[in-house]
This record gives sequence, C-alpha cells and structure tokens, in this order.
Amino acid sequence: MTITAPAPVDPAELERSATDGLRSWHSVCSLDDLEPNWGEAALVEGRQIALFRLATDEVFAVEQRDPATEAHVMARGIVGSRGDRPTIASPLHKQVYDLRTGERLDGPGDALAAFEVRVVNGIVQVAA
Amino acid sequence: MSNPRQSTPATDSATPTADSAPAVRRVVVVGGGPAAHRFVEAMAARGLEGSGGFEVTVLTEEAHLPYDRVALSKALLSDVDLTLGEAEMWDTPGVTLKTGAKAVRLDSGARVVHTEDGGEHPYDELVLATGSSAARLPIAGADKSYVYRTLEDVWFLRAEIARLAEDLGRTPAVAVIGGGLLGIEAAAGAQSLGAEAAIIDGSPWPMNRQLDEGAGQALTRLIGAKGFTMHGGVFPSEIVADETGAVTGVLMADERVIPADLVVVAIGVRPRDELVRAAVDEAGAAGENGSATFEVGPRGGVVIDETCATGVDGVWAIGEVASFGGMCLGLVAPANTMAEIVADRLHGGEATFPGFDTATKLKLSGVDVASFGDAFAQEPGALEIVYADPARGVYQKVVTTDDARTLLGGIFVGDATPYLSLRPLLGRELPAEPGAFLSAAGGGDAPETELPDDAILCSCNNVAAGTLRDAVNACGTCEGKDPVQDVAGLKACTRAGTQCGSCVPMIKKLLEAELTKSGVTVSKALCEHISLSRQELFDAIRVLELTSFEDIMSRYGTGSGCDICKPTIASILASQHSAYVLDAGRGTLQDTNDRALANMQKDGTYSVVPRIPGGEITPEKLGVIAAVAQKYNLYTKITGGQRIDMFGARLEQLPEIWKELIDAGMESGQAYGKSLRTVKSCVGSTWCRYGQQDSVGMAIQLELRYRGLRSPHKLKLGVSGCARECAEARGKDVGVIATADGWNLYVGGNGGATPAHAQLLAKDLDDETLIKYIDRYFMYYIRTADRLQRTARWQEELDGGLEHVRQVVVEDSLGIAEDLEAAMAKHVDNYEDEWAATLADPERLRRFRSFVNAPDALDDSIVHVAERDQIRPATEREKVSLGASIPVRPSAAPSALSEGV
Repeated sequence: MTITAPAPVDPAELERSATDGLRSWHSVCSLDDLEPNWGEAALVEGRQIALFRLATDEVFAVEQRDPATEAHVMARGIVGSRGDRPTIASPLHKQVYDLRTGERLDGPGDALAAFEVRVVNGIVQVAA
Repeated sequence: MSNPRQSTPATDSATPTADSAPAVRRVVVVGGGPAAHRFVEAMAARGLEGSGGFEVTVLTEEAHLPYDRVALSKALLSDVDLTLGEAEMWDTPGVTLKTGAKAVRLDSGARVVHTEDGGEHPYDELVLATGSSAARLPIAGADKSYVYRTLEDVWFLRAEIARLAEDLGRTPAVAVIGGGLLGIEAAAGAQSLGAEAAIIDGSPWPMNRQLDEGAGQALTRLIGAKGFTMHGGVFPSEIVADETGAVTGVLMADERVIPADLVVVAIGVRPRDELVRAAVDEAGAAGENGSATFEVGPRGGVVIDETCATGVDGVWAIGEVASFGGMCLGLVAPANTMAEIVADRLHGGEATFPGFDTATKLKLSGVDVASFGDAFAQEPGALEIVYADPARGVYQKVVTTDDARTLLGGIFVGDATPYLSLRPLLGRELPAEPGAFLSAAGGGDAPETELPDDAILCSCNNVAAGTLRDAVNACGTCEGKDPVQDVAGLKACTRAGTQCGSCVPMIKKLLEAELTKSGVTVSKALCEHISLSRQELFDAIRVLELTSFEDIMSRYGTGSGCDICKPTIASILASQHSAYVLDAGRGTLQDTNDRALANMQKDGTYSVVPRIPGGEITPEKLGVIAAVAQKYNLYTKITGGQRIDMFGARLEQLPEIWKELIDAGMESGQAYGKSLRTVKSCVGSTWCRYGQQDSVGMAIQLELRYRGLRSPHKLKLGVSGCARECAEARGKDVGVIATADGWNLYVGGNGGATPAHAQLLAKDLDDETLIKYIDRYFMYYIRTADRLQRTARWQEELDGGLEHVRQVVVEDSLGIAEDLEAAMAKHVDNYEDEWAATLADPERLRRFRSFVNAPDALDDSIVHVAERDQIRPATEREKVSLGASIPVRPSAAPSALSEGV
C-alpha cells in the first residue's frame, strides 16, 4: 500500500521520519527508478523485496521469494488485476497473489508477505 | 515399420500340457484389414494376461500394417499414412503380426492354418477376417480393367493417369463401371487427378441400393454439376481396345461406345471365403459325416451366429467375410462391432451382434448424400415424408411408423445436415414433427434435440451419447477421473469420431451442450479482462492497426490485464509489427522468459541459447560457446533442437554473456519465445550417400527466414534429405522431406505430452513453392489459432480440418494467400536480433539489474553445487546444510560454491 506523506523539508527530516512508531521505514529508491507495471527486486536490511509501481503511481512491496517454489523471482512476474484487486503472478508457475495483502487468489496456498510502502518526496520507502 | 516380431515357432507343441496352470490360448487371426486390427486392439484393451493369457498372431498377405480402407480415396491425391491406430500396438507383448503371410489351407480338425510359405500355425481359437476382394465383370475385355480396393490399386491408378496424360498429350478419359458409393468416389478421385470421368451403371440411377428414385435423380444432378457424365440404365458388354492392346472405350449393350483410356470396375465386393470353401470341400471328400462344418452364405461368406461363431468349434468370423442374416456387408461399423464381440467372448463375455447397421454417407465435397435405416419404407404401414427439388439437386426423406412418431430411416441428398442429428434417433420417437427435419423445405434448421444417453452417436466405433457425457463430466475412466472438455480429448478417450469422422460436428454440439448445462460458460473469451477470442482480437488489432496495450484495453478490455491477456497481446503485436519486445510499455506485457530474453530456470537463473541455424556450426563458434560457458561457469547441454544450451546465468550477467556471443558473430536463438525455435536437419545430399536434396541448406534458409516469428505457441521445423527421415521432421510443426523431385511438405506435428505426426500437405514442391506454402501456413495459423494452441490441435479443430488448411494454403480458397505472404515478407524485412538491439541501448540494459537499490549485489539465494563436473542448483536441503558455513551477508560476495562472478 502506498502512503503519500507530506514532503519533509530536508534530508535530516527524512531520516527522522524513518522511525514511525514500531515500524522502521527504509528508503529504497526514487519513484523514477521504477517503471510502471515492471517489477524490481530490492534489498532492504538484507531481505529481498519485490517492488511494483502501477500506472496510477501507487507502489506495492511483497517478498521476492515465491512461496510455491522458494525461488527469489516475484519481481519478474506479470502485474495485473482480478476484479478491483491489483495482482502479481509468479513467473515460474503463475500462482496469483493480491499485491495489497499477499493473499493467494487462484487457489489454496501460502500467502506472500506484503509490506507497507510510502513515497516521500519522490523517494520510495518500505516498512520492514 | 518395424519388423514384425516372431512368435514361438509354429511347430511348438500343439497339445496343451496337463499342467494345473491354465495354458496360454493361441489366437490366430487370418486377414490384416480393419476388422483384424480392431480385433487385436480390442483383445489388447481387455488384456492379454490372466487365466493363462493369450498369444495373438495375425497372418496378413498384405505388406502393410492394417490400414483404413474407408479413407482410401485420400491416397489418390497424396501419400497419406492410412495406417490404423498406433503402430506401437503391434509391439504389445503377446501380439505378433506376420505380413506377407497368405493363409492357403485351414485344417480345422487339427486346428492348424497353413500359409503359402509353408508355415504352420496351430491355434486354439481362429478368427477369420479375410474381408473381401473387388468383384470383376464377367464381360469380354474385363482383364484390361482395374479395380479400386487396395492401396496398391490406388497407387497404380495415380501413376497410370499421370502416364496416360503424358503419353497421350491430352486429358485422359476414365470410365468407372459401377455407380455405387465406391464408383462415385473413384470417379471423383480420377477427376481430381486430372482425368475426365464418366460413370457407367446398369441401373437407372447411382447408389440404387441406398437411394430411391427421387434421391437418385437429385444425385444424378449433383454428379453432373461436378463434371462427371452419368450413363445409367444400360449395361456394358465389352471393354474394347485397339490393336496395341490399349483400351479405347466401353461398348454398351445398346451398341454405343463410351470412349475411355482407362476403365475402373467398382461393382462391389465378394467375400474372401476360399479357405472356408476349400475346408468344406475337403470335409465332404473325406466323407466325414456328422462332424460340424462351415456353412457358406447364400451370397458367399461364412455363416456366423449372433456370437460371431461359425459352425466349427473354435472358429469365429468377423467383418466382410462373415455372413449374417443371409448377407455380407462391406462397411466398417459392423466389422468393428463383430471384432469387439469376439474379443469379449474370448474374455468370457456375453456380447451379441445386433444385426447390420446399413447407414451410409458419401464423403465427397459438394455431393452430400446419406441414407440410413429403412430408406425404402419397406416396413408395413411406413410413412414417407418427402421434400424434393430436383432442379437444385436436393432430396430429403424421413421414414416413420404409421403414426408418424417413430423414426425408421431416411435419405438425404444435396443437404444431409439433418442426417447427423436424426441418425442416432433411429428406432426412437422423434422429438418433433417429421416434417421439421426436412431442412431444405425452408422450415429453417432442424430442431435441436437432446440425444438419449443410450443413442449411438458414433456408429463406426459404437459410442453412445452417454459415454461422451460421462467423459465430459468426469464420470468415465478416461485419463483418470479428469473431465475431458475438448473435442480432441473426447476423440482420444472415447474413440468417437476417429473413423469416418462424420459425427464430429455432433460431438462438438454435445460437448457444448454439456458444458453449458454444467454451468461452464462456453466462451472463447481470453480471460476476465478480454471478452474476445484470440482470433477476434488478432483481427481487430490488425484491421485497426492498434499498437499499444492501452489502446487495445480501452477498446476491448477491462481492468489491468493479467498473465493471460498481456502475453497474448504482446505476441499479437510482435507477430504484426516485429518491433523490439521490451519497448514502449510492451516489456511489462511479456511472459517470464520474454521479459529477460532468456529461459528462467527453477532457481530464478536463466539459460542462454545462441542460434545455430540448421544445427550447422563452425569449430570457431563452438569454441566461443565453450569459452563463454567456462568463463561464467555455466552448465552446458545439447538441446533436442540441435543447439547448445548454457544454464545458470544470473539476470545481471545476461548482457555481458550476450555481448561476448554477439561480438563473436552469434545471435539470439529465441529459445525463450513462443516463436520459431529451430529447424532441425540431417546432413543431406552434401555428405550423405542416401541424400536426395541439400537438407542443411534448406534448413538454414528456413531458419533465417522465420527466426523471430512470434506465434501462439512455439514453432519447430525439420528438414530431412530423404525418406529415411533422420531429422524426424514429421514430429515438427512443419516437416520438409526431400524427394527425387523436390520437397514434400508435412504440417501439424509435435512431440510433447500429446505427440502428433505431421500430415502431408503438398508434395514434390520446388524451393520457391515450398517457402510460399510455409509462409501461408504459418501466417494463417498465427492469425487464427487460440493462445497456446499448437499447430496439430489447431488444424484438427478448424472446421474442415487439414483439407481446409490445404484449400487455403494450396488453392487459396479464401483469397488471402497474397495477404498472408505479404505479412510474412514484412516480418522477414523487419527482423532484428533482440539481443543486439538490447546491447545497443543503455535504457534497455537497465532492466537487467539484480536489485534496484544495489545493482552490484548478488542474489545470495542462488546456490549451485557440483555434479558430474558441472554446476547444478542446490536442493533446499543442501542449501540448509551449506547455510551453516555461508555467512549471511546480503550485499557481500557469494560463497565459494555459489556460482561465479
């Protein structure tokens, strides 16, 4: 899920905003680094994350590991929709997951972990 | 064809041993036609093991495996393979086929069959399936005529008509004596071979055993429109020849001479009962009284009872040689039924023969004729409801009981559509007024009717509507318990529609009705986002010249798309515009492999395959591949398509690897695309001492022409330099096989889960015509196939099947050949190597990074271990055990075992 936060004034402010209650926000890349509907892998605190920017500029983050095969490939799947839910399909065997919640949609099976995302001053931040 | 296996020597002990274990029962089948084939298949299906088991030996005088005589006319025009069923069946343990083994004597006392080559074949059970031979005319000059019965006959006619055309320098005239089903087919065949055809028949109208006068008049009209001359009502009295012995015509009883260069006699068949007659004579001569002997039928053949048993213990008869109810019949459906009955009886069953089903349908384009049941209304009180329009050549008749409720039979000429739905209702109550089925009368389509479960839908193979319903709804035994919900699957599983094929439209209809009933929407919609079928979408995109996903979705789609419609649209756009697949937003549409222009493996790494056209490669280029594989520590393997695959490359390594390959003069092999893969070839006439054409040269030419062509599924080709077929071209979507005169073109083959042999489309083509036909074939496929539908399935499901494809590709029946060729020419002109294009553009290269925020970091989830001196992905267990020694440092260099930088 994307939260569009008011733009902090300076880098110091941005760093301070990284800790927000219990969550830690990590700056990952700029929004411009992401092409709409084209997933990218990212490393956040040593953990592999898959980032997706939709045509609406909403950004979603799920784990890069494919729950069905354990391969770290989810960023390379196809972005789509089921009804009004944005989805990602595993590039290996096409299991479909809800990008917002990580829930598996095409049948029973493990969910993907989903992370909160916000865009602050053009910077994509992930809570992990 | 593999060598028939030899069974135990025929001279082995003929007396069963007195052991307690039941002895193997030796079943000998005399004859190698469709009835014999079906019998062996039925035996094998029921099992040859159990209670001692069976050893089945088939003795056939023919040199071929049993073939489909019903389709004989197909062999007139091309070298089709008419072999029945799978040749592998003959390799079943316990089954032996002896070709070229002509049975000459039957000793039913000693239970031995003697063959011409001196072989002795003892049996416990004997099945006579000798079939029939073409009847000859008892008139002068008959020795100068030919018959139309076996593959050899058909091949001879083909060669003879070609020879006559050459020698005479004009269109040869062929006279066919006999206006029955076979005569009309033979005349049509002769005409299609370029001859003028005339039909001579002593009765006033053709097919007089199946058609009444009105129907006969309509058929005469249709035949005339096809360009045959019909000479009815007069008998021929002599076949006349000139002093050199060359045939000049047929002298008729009314003294007319009908000019002809070739005379074909198709006046029916005579049962091959000579073994039985000889056995009867022998028994008579020996003066054996009281012992059971064979009874010969009134029109020949050996008399059987309803269990298909003859009068002699342990001897059965099936097919055309079997006389039941006073007649022998030359149709495949009763032969199949009899074969099943004997197999059932030998397995302890109680099946009985219900009598002949005489329904007939003529398979000739433009001449639609069907006759079934009590066509002549001989049942007392029977009513005939008739529509006749002789001017149009249409005649339709429904025969019912006197209360007009129960269907007894019918005749359809000119428009036999209602036949398909009426046929299974024979002997049942009609669901509507009989007149409603006379579709030509202007009452619109025949009423839609639901067939009862026990109605026989496929009469050739005796498959009931209920059996098909069971398969559709997964109550049957086909493929475990999975529902079978496409026509090809139903054919494979129930065998319905696999013989004459006339019931296939009914199977389609029944399938759709069942699916609708069970709530499955019979929809060709691609997915939840696009309600059009792939073909409709393709046409729309082509006609409106749409080029972007957004445009297409705004007109035809809803939502954001998915993993089904996005790659489909990407493929359609690529087929039409040949533009770089990752540009202009198209990158996000691509399926897994196309996205990285490489094949993703189970651990998320990729394999790399450079193109090796035709499988021909220089030692220098082999060296380049070796050097790259060594440098990047890639696992190498030779593929089935005659090229080399390198596995284990990381996403971010792909550009570097490709740079080295391209600098050395190689290009993308597009092993990742639903596109042309490879053109496999044998070494051909350049080196091979059997080669007839340069197969490698042709393969390279074809591979360079079609490289980069994106299609509904992957495409493979093969080119063989001679009929030995070392390139296995008939297992490919397009197979090209050299002949002395050029190339034969086969289409629609594939390996994979449902292997299919490619079918002959055209023969003896020169290079130019060959390429023209392949251009048209591929483009027609690309435009009209469903997504992920391979060519075999596509051409099977097209209305009209292979024949339709042939008309479009060879005869340009749709008038689109030029358009198809132009589309292919555009593809050829616009081809560019995707990897060269990728390397040339930094924006494109950006896509190949491991992590957006750490492009230099390696994915540490990829772990490889050594096996047989190369790498392979570590199993999860190996990863865990290695994990203890691997420092968990996400951005750090990989462990020694993780694959190299």
